[in-house]
Amino acid sequence: MSAINESVTNMIQRQRANAQEAPKPTDERVRKISPWRVLLDRPELGSIAGTILVFVFFAFTAGDSGMFALDGVINWAKVAAYLGILAVGACLLMIAGEFDLSIGSMIGFAGVVVAIPPMYLGWPLWASVIAAFVVCMALGALNGYLVIRTKLPSFIVTLAFMFILRGLTLVLSTTFANSTIVSGVGSKFDEAPFVHALFSGTTLHGFFAFLSAHGVIESFPNGEPVVGGIPKVLLWWIALAVVAGFVLARTRFGNWIYTVGGDANAAKNVGVPVRRVKISLFVLTAFCACLFGVLQVAEFGSAASDRGLQKEFEAIIAVVIGGTLLTGGFGSVIGACFGAIIFGVVQIGISYTNIDSDWYRVFLGGMLLVAVLFNHYIRSRAASTK
Amino acid sequence: MADDYILELDDVSKFFGTVIALQGVTLRLKRGEVHCLLGDNGAGKSTLIKTLAGVHQPSSGDYRVEGESVKFKSPREALDRGIATVYQDLALVPLMSVARNFFAGREPRRRLFGVINVLDMKYANETARDKLAEMGIHVRDAGQPVGTMSGGERQCLAIARAIHFGAKVLILDEPTAALGVKQSCNVLKLIHKARERGISVIFITHNVHHAYPIADSFTLLNRGQSMGTFSKADITKEEVLDMMAGGTEIQSLVDELEGRAA
Repeated sequence: MSAINESVTNMIQRQRANAQEAPKPTDERVRKISPWRVLLDRPELGSIAGTILVFVFFAFTAGDSGMFALDGVINWAKVAAYLGILAVGACLLMIAGEFDLSIGSMIGFAGVVVAIPPMYLGWPLWASVIAAFVVCMALGALNGYLVIRTKLPSFIVTLAFMFILRGLTLVLSTTFANSTIVSGVGSKFDEAPFVHALFSGTTLHGFFAFLSAHGVIESFPNGEPVVGGIPKVLLWWIALAVVAGFVLARTRFGNWIYTVGGDANAAKNVGVPVRRVKISLFVLTAFCACLFGVLQVAEFGSAASDRGLQKEFEAIIAVVIGGTLLTGGFGSVIGACFGAIIFGVVQIGISYTNIDSDWYRVFLGGMLLVAVLFNHYIRSRAASTK
Repeated sequence: MADDYILELDDVSKFFGTVIALQGVTLRLKRGEVHCLLGDNGAGKSTLIKTLAGVHQPSSGDYRVEGESVKFKSPREALDRGIATVYQDLALVPLMSVARNFFAGREPRRRLFGVINVLDMKYANETARDKLAEMGIHVRDAGQPVGTMSGGERQCLAIARAIHFGAKVLILDEPTAALGVKQSCNVLKLIHKARERGISVIFITHNVHHAYPIADSFTLLNRGQSMGTFSKADITKEEVLDMMAGGTEIQSLVDELEGRAA
């Protein structure tokens, strides 16, 4: 052994001895982080702050207008719930690093697939509802497969489907109904108890009737409560958000979603099934879009070829306001839900104020810009040694 | 005794079309030794480690693990045999926490209410923290994002992860390439610790000053061919440096700069 070799071995042993002599119970490099900083690192902080801001704003400008009475709350909560359903799916997909721009068109498409067979082909409603979910989820899988197979940005692939599905929706409805609206489906929902129970109207009617009978909530002159129950769309939204939030934060699949979105190559190298994760999230997003479409047909009693227009962008805005990074790898379902609440409150709330409702989009665009800048700041903090 | 070698490449060649990436390379890794693979850019180091890691299959020659001839179809199969490769990109996600990165793809799970499979984050946090502490890295909080760690700490995290998941052979692709002096030293110490645990290490580098102190033996690659394997007792640092293409060329550059050009 050469002299250098020995001295190096000695050095290593000395260093080891030092390390053992001084076990570090307290690392001198541990820095106290204020609770405020910890809070800042949470993805949903921005959207919760935004929600509070929006509530305060409308409390001042429309506080006595009935916006915060029970029926007002149900009004904006429904808008939030519809968008929230979309945002939950879009959120997980975006955390995994992909987009789906076809979900808006898929809402309209799901609507005509639900409405046309019972009206013109004699199908039972339940069959067409199942068909809509199957077709939409298959389309979602196709979207995902194409994105993964071609390695093209999901932006382009799903942009194509945004047009294809919107066009198909128009073709189907004009071919069968000779109109861009397929109407008269409402009665089919009334005749199908199972489908009705899942998608139509409200629930807990008895509870609300009880409350109104005892004067807790207001009633119409005929004795019916002003709010007949919790809309089904709200229940769907809450259920989806709870399940998706749980999966993301607490399960192995959730960890895979983060890994895939954070660095797909790294994910592959550590054995995460990248393709399976991405495709299943495209399927989930399609499921959410279809659910939106079915609920809307159930509510309006008709399907129309312009349903869901621009909803893909609204969903992305809600998700981004919710703190999810456009580039993936970071975000939260709770944040996306608050993003959807902001949407609902602003969209409905503005009509309760003296402000011209034309300002609605200006407001949301501004909100989006602030959210993106805020997220960018958060990310540069998280990804750097600070 | 073939059993002394945990990993052997015997006269292995690898061709990509007309390109000869490796030509008749023989490399033997003893149990518990640190084997240094040296070579300049284009020497075939990457092809060699990818062959060992199961990314490439040799065009000819024999690859034996613990004396048994193997043909890996994927990196996964090599990993199952305990051959773990830490590439330069480390396969870490900066935005995710230390613990989530440590267990990515191999998440510990427990049953919630006896039915739902959930991540065992408590176990993940504690294990990640303890395993890193064993390696001399004291993370402040296993929940902190990997992005907040230094390059050396990230390298150590990737190595600690490979060891935790049962690596018998660690292949480290230029682990000190992007690191400063002190961080490089930490990684070298870590390699030493791995050796103490009986793990065999193949350490790829073109920095002789990093390689020489820690290595037990050296294999030099040049233009796809092995220039031989030397145990440390048989060779000095200067000889190693000379054998690498850079050694003589740098000397002639120095001569030229000093006006002594031939």
